Amino acid sequence: MTATVQSAAATAGHPGASGVDHGPLDTAALRAQFPILSQSVHGKPLVYLDNAATTQKPLAVLDAVDGYYRRDNANVHRGVHTLSERATAAFEGARSEVARFVGARDSSEIVFTRGATEALNLVAMSFGAMVLREGDEVLLTEMEHHSNIVPWQMACARSGAKLRVAPIDDRGELDLDAFEKLLGPRTRIVAVTHVSNALGTVNPVARIVALAHAAGAKVVIDGAQALPHAAVDVAALDCDFYAFSGHKVYAPMGVGALYAKRELLDAMPPWQGGGDMILSVTFEKTLYNVAPYKFEAGTPDVGGAVGLGAALRWLSEIGIERVAAYERELLDYAEKALLDVPGLGLVGTAADKAGVHSFMLDGIHPHDVGTILDHHGVAIRTGHHCAQPVMQHFGIAATARASFAVYNNRDDIDRLVAGLLAVQEVFA
Amino acid sequence: MSELRDLYQELILDHGRRPRNSGKLDSPTHHADGYNPLCGDRIALYLEMDEGRVKSVSFEGTGCAISQASASLMTEGIKGKTVAEVLSLFRKLTATVTGRDDDAANEGDVELGKLAVFEGVSQYPMRVKCATLAWHTLRNALEGKDVEVAVTE
Ligand SMILES: Cc1ncc(COP(=O)(O)O)c(C=O)c1O
Repeated sequence: MTATVQSAAATAGHPGASGVDHGPLDTAALRAQFPILSQSVHGKPLVYLDNAATTQKPLAVLDAVDGYYRRDNANVHRGVHTLSERATAAFEGARSEVARFVGARDSSEIVFTRGATEALNLVAMSFGAMVLREGDEVLLTEMEHHSNIVPWQMACARSGAKLRVAPIDDRGELDLDAFEKLLGPRTRIVAVTHVSNALGTVNPVARIVALAHAAGAKVVIDGAQALPHAAVDVAALDCDFYAFSGHKVYAPMGVGALYAKRELLDAMPPWQGGGDMILSVTFEKTLYNVAPYKFEAGTPDVGGAVGLGAALRWLSEIGIERVAAYERELLDYAEKALLDVPGLGLVGTAADKAGVHSFMLDGIHPHDVGTILDHHGVAIRTGHHCAQPVMQHFGIAATARASFAVYNNRDDIDRLVAGLLAVQEVFA
Repeated sequence: MSELRDLYQELILDHGRRPRNSGKLDSPTHHADGYNPLCGDRIALYLEMDEGRVKSVSFEGTGCAISQASASLMTEGIKGKTVAEVLSLFRKLTATVTGRDDDAANEGDVELGKLAVFEGVSQYPMRVKCATLAWHTLRNALEGKDVEVAVTE
């Protein structure tokens, strides 16, 4: 990740920065905490390299979710009985954990959602409706995931605002000059991904926030691929919104969160109506609850939130800086190993990357690569990675993508490379 | 690895590498485009029908080895056939690759011939669409439907 983000996080006293152990990671012990990884696929020990799609879950998370349903399960915010109090405490405790992990000033700045997609839709629906008028502009980048494109297209269609797209270059880096030129007096919202899921590019989000704010625009960051790989400090970054999914940072599927500055949440209208988001309801008039509850209509995924809290605590205990350093080294090792495979080309060669290598094998379609690797027990993703504009930029329909997590090691990468050579043998 | 060779048989690899009947026909009577949004595979299919039979057929496309081989072998397999024969071949082929063992799969007088090479696809549910895209596009062309997205369900 960028040096600026890291040092900002360190000075802000991110939990990882003051972690007890600064030594190298004991990855064998870490890996043993993931029961799913000790299985065979097609008779070969599983090598899981599809972490950008979703990560596996450590015992700390599995046990937390299991424990919640075995001991504490009840609906939240609505009962005076003991279990409801415990469930509410667990849910709100998880909110505090999220706030601490991303560096929010207060846990009321954290809205639980189903994931990054729902968080981005929330911003586009609610904040979009509040600020976008005919002729206004929303500025995105060419490397966005569909979930940070489509909600803005919908918001533009509703409001008459226009979508602007900052281009990327052939290394998969954002063209910052073009971005700056596209920032105009009518730009109300800048929505960018922190890390590209298709290319691995780390965007200079601190610089983007500064530029956007200078132009009077608010900034929405899609952090789905960033949070697992580096320290994030939203207060230091000064972004207005930060969205992420739990399932990509070792937590269960079905839960994620939106960070938003408190004053924005206070001003924004609710986007879904129902229980929990109200203070009082009559047929004449309904009083809305305060943020973040105003944005959490209905019974939330409490078990999921508990799992998310456990996952972030687990990551903090390991130390997110150590995780970042280890993964950085692994990514470099993987890059060298992959480039040694004859006929392999990387798609996305940004100077600053995290978590992902996308690649093509000469004359072999990514789907064939994926099927044959699977036969060797190696799980990767193939396809357009929900980022079709990126594929269009490079003039391809799909890539093969290996993506890494803290439990991966050099053996995994060696197995990937051996698998790729076997793919080439089939097609030789 | 024997299982993998069930999918990637020599015939498939050969047709994937060097698709037959690729290109555009000069005077097609039927045409349809197919697109598999999941994989990004694309195919444009051209047919010249004469007195109810396939006189010539060609395709342009991009995609994985399975999808290219399927289109290539399909063009070889349907040449000279009547519409009814092509459609029963369609039913037999799609039943075979989805691993269905029903009336269509066992349709009496239809011979898969070389197309039997796709039987192995039934072991790979995620790859069925690769093998059927060309066939769904073919049916759309025959039925005069030039839809952008050939539904392979
Ligand atoms: C960069 C990015 N943004 C958003 C998302 C959407 O996440 P989810 O599907 O968990 O809501 C993803 C997941 O693929 C992603 O990689």
